[in-house]
Amino acid sequence: MFLAAFAIEGHPLNYLFNAIVVIVAFAVIMQVIPFMIWLERKMAAWIQLRDGPTKVGLPKWKILGPLSGWGMFGLLQPLADMFKLILKEDFVPRRASKVLFTLAPALVFVPIAFAFAVIPFGDGFNFVYDDAGNSFTVRYQIVDFGVGVLFALAALSLAVHGLSLGGWASNNKFGMFGAVRASAQLISYEAAMFMVVLAMVMLYGTLDLREMTLRQTDVGIGLLSIFKWGMFQQPVAFVIFCICAFAESNRLPFDFPEAEAELIGGYHTEYGSMKFAMFFLGEYYGMVIQACLVVTLFMGGWTLPGLDPTPGTFLASLAGPLVFCAKVSIFLWIYIQVRWTLPRFRFDQLMNLGWKKLIPIALANVVITALILNLTNR
Amino acid sequence: MAEIGVQRPDIEAGEDITTRTLNINFGPQHPATHGTLRVKMELLGENVVNVDPEIGFLHTGFEKLGEYHTFNQFVCTTDRMNYMSPLCNNFGFVHAVEELLDIELTPRCQHVRVILCELTRIADHVICCGLQAMDLGAFTVLLWSFIEREKLYDLFEMVTGARLTTSYARVGGMLQDVPPEFVPRCRKFIREFPLALKEIEKMLNRNRIFLDRTIGIAQVNGEDAASYGLSGPCLRAAGVAYDVRRARPYWVYDELDFDVITRDEGDVLARFKVRMDEMRESVKIISQALDRLPSGPVNIDDWKIVLPEKAAVYTQMESLITHFKLVMKGHGLKTPKRGKIYSCTESPNGELGWYIETDGTAVGYRVRCRPPSYLNYSAMPQMVKGGYLADVVACLSSLNVIAGELDR
Repeated sequence: MFLAAFAIEGHPLNYLFNAIVVIVAFAVIMQVIPFMIWLERKMAAWIQLRDGPTKVGLPKWKILGPLSGWGMFGLLQPLADMFKLILKEDFVPRRASKVLFTLAPALVFVPIAFAFAVIPFGDGFNFVYDDAGNSFTVRYQIVDFGVGVLFALAALSLAVHGLSLGGWASNNKFGMFGAVRASAQLISYEAAMFMVVLAMVMLYGTLDLREMTLRQTDVGIGLLSIFKWGMFQQPVAFVIFCICAFAESNRLPFDFPEAEAELIGGYHTEYGSMKFAMFFLGEYYGMVIQACLVVTLFMGGWTLPGLDPTPGTFLASLAGPLVFCAKVSIFLWIYIQVRWTLPRFRFDQLMNLGWKKLIPIALANVVITALILNLTNR
Repeated sequence: MAEIGVQRPDIEAGEDITTRTLNINFGPQHPATHGTLRVKMELLGENVVNVDPEIGFLHTGFEKLGEYHTFNQFVCTTDRMNYMSPLCNNFGFVHAVEELLDIELTPRCQHVRVILCELTRIADHVICCGLQAMDLGAFTVLLWSFIEREKLYDLFEMVTGARLTTSYARVGGMLQDVPPEFVPRCRKFIREFPLALKEIEKMLNRNRIFLDRTIGIAQVNGEDAASYGLSGPCLRAAGVAYDVRRARPYWVYDELDFDVITRDEGDVLARFKVRMDEMRESVKIISQALDRLPSGPVNIDDWKIVLPEKAAVYTQMESLITHFKLVMKGHGLKTPKRGKIYSCTESPNGELGWYIETDGTAVGYRVRCRPPSYLNYSAMPQMVKGGYLADVVACLSSLNVIAGELDR
């Protein structure tokens, strides 16, 4: 937040607008998580031919009239879940390292929140503040600096410290297994992920996420500009990045640190109450951020063929965030669908996939991209 | 911070690094054990160096109860022994008693027993296959298979009055005849069930992750399997075509047309596929038995063994006396003075054997059980040694170890 404030020069209203962007962005993303939990439960239920949550909705008060006791499709279920977790005993196992045990959940949550700061979820608008036509630009991005993609990846990698420390500090063998698995998995998949990002950086010629988005549009060619999206220009990189995004957010088929059937709960075996909830939210938060990154790097960010990517006026600029949210939802939907369809790898198979398949392919992708770019003089 | 295990000099390590194995306690409360099993494991990283299964956490004294309860009373205990296939256990036990007393069942009773046993086999196998998928992380398959079992439990409830603790068998027959709407509903089930199987197979059979997790895992060859005393799907998946229904036919199994499914691989996938195919064979058996289902009584016409009709008890002196004699303590069935019998049936997990000794009274002198799970489980350490931690989970669910059957 204060980073954004430093970057602002000029009119005081600019500070205000930027503060509003920060608050709205964080509020929206925090609201996405409960909705995501609800959606996951609901979709899992539909895949498994159940109903899912249907009961937790409005209370049975007479004042509500016909709506009294309406289940609201279980929309308030995440709220009830959270209340349950808050009311649980905040338990720290004997002989656990108390400081690290308490710190670990926060270490998962905070770096992921950092990563969100550089995601551009829309273009922004020009605000004219006096009759002379003086204006300043408000960006739909919390902080816009030149190396956004590096910052996002670095922040996301930090999150694993929380898992490792949490598993290790809880003085539990299953927890320790989860911690070791988490770090090993992160190292293997981060390598491949960074390599595909390298190919994208070479293609777009920038490290700035906003610039990257704009490189994926071409107003001149109309609807055909969809083929400027990263996923069509670099399909191999897109597939590898998606696989790595699954591995990074510890979702099935890569949920090794947790691996309920083998490690009980892995790193969070000993966690309960709000500390567990932090891990839980962190996982979902991570998913949302990974989806944002995929959308920004490969799916044209907030742009859509046929829409002006840099409209300038306030009302027209609102389309950007909406498109962005829609694209992110599509990716989150794939996340859920995959989780409830696929079984889990075995740990050595996961390592094989990472080191023997994804990294060589990603490396070859970098080389081929470099060759093509060199030959076409771009 | 976790405790480290014994130092093992036989394990290679770097010059300055001492490598120690980690002892881990897998169970008795663990989501993958599906019951109260304890497996002490020695791990080197993710690799399993040594496995030491420990049983007895659910010791219930079922066999000892058999020495205090009359045979018909003990039927209630048998369905608690294997909570996945209660009807097979019920019928298996009374079958042993009937063989001891040399009772020839009515044709209708034999057919109904075959139908119910095969339905139970489906209920057991479908859940086992679902659990196998769940332990590998595919939770959805389990819930799909639960839907099918729910339908079966509805059928059982209609027939026996209970969903799980059926206690339906009686020496010489059954508690009651099946209701008339049983046959059409059963037909409807076997018509729809293969579609559900196909759906489960679509989800798993060509799934690369599932195949990687199951091919060559927890392998056992036919010779070892036989010497460990494995039976049922676990033995047939290792290539040994031994099925009690064929090897030692009982009821009307020898008149029905079905195949004994075998596979040669002996790994987790083979066990999964054998179970899937066996369910299809069960469907075949049920449809044949339903076609042939004769009418007539389900209980034999011998009031010294089965209870007389209630109406007759209220109206006729002889019926009242036989009823009284059968249910009063110290009276009841007449058994041979030194009767001994070992009789076995094919329960979903394998050969379910009963050894009964009698001393002339209606209470067994010795009632021992040969539970398939117990012997199947004995091969587990050999199967998983040298594998990975995750393979232990896959192996346990493919053996379908039922704790209630293990510790009796």
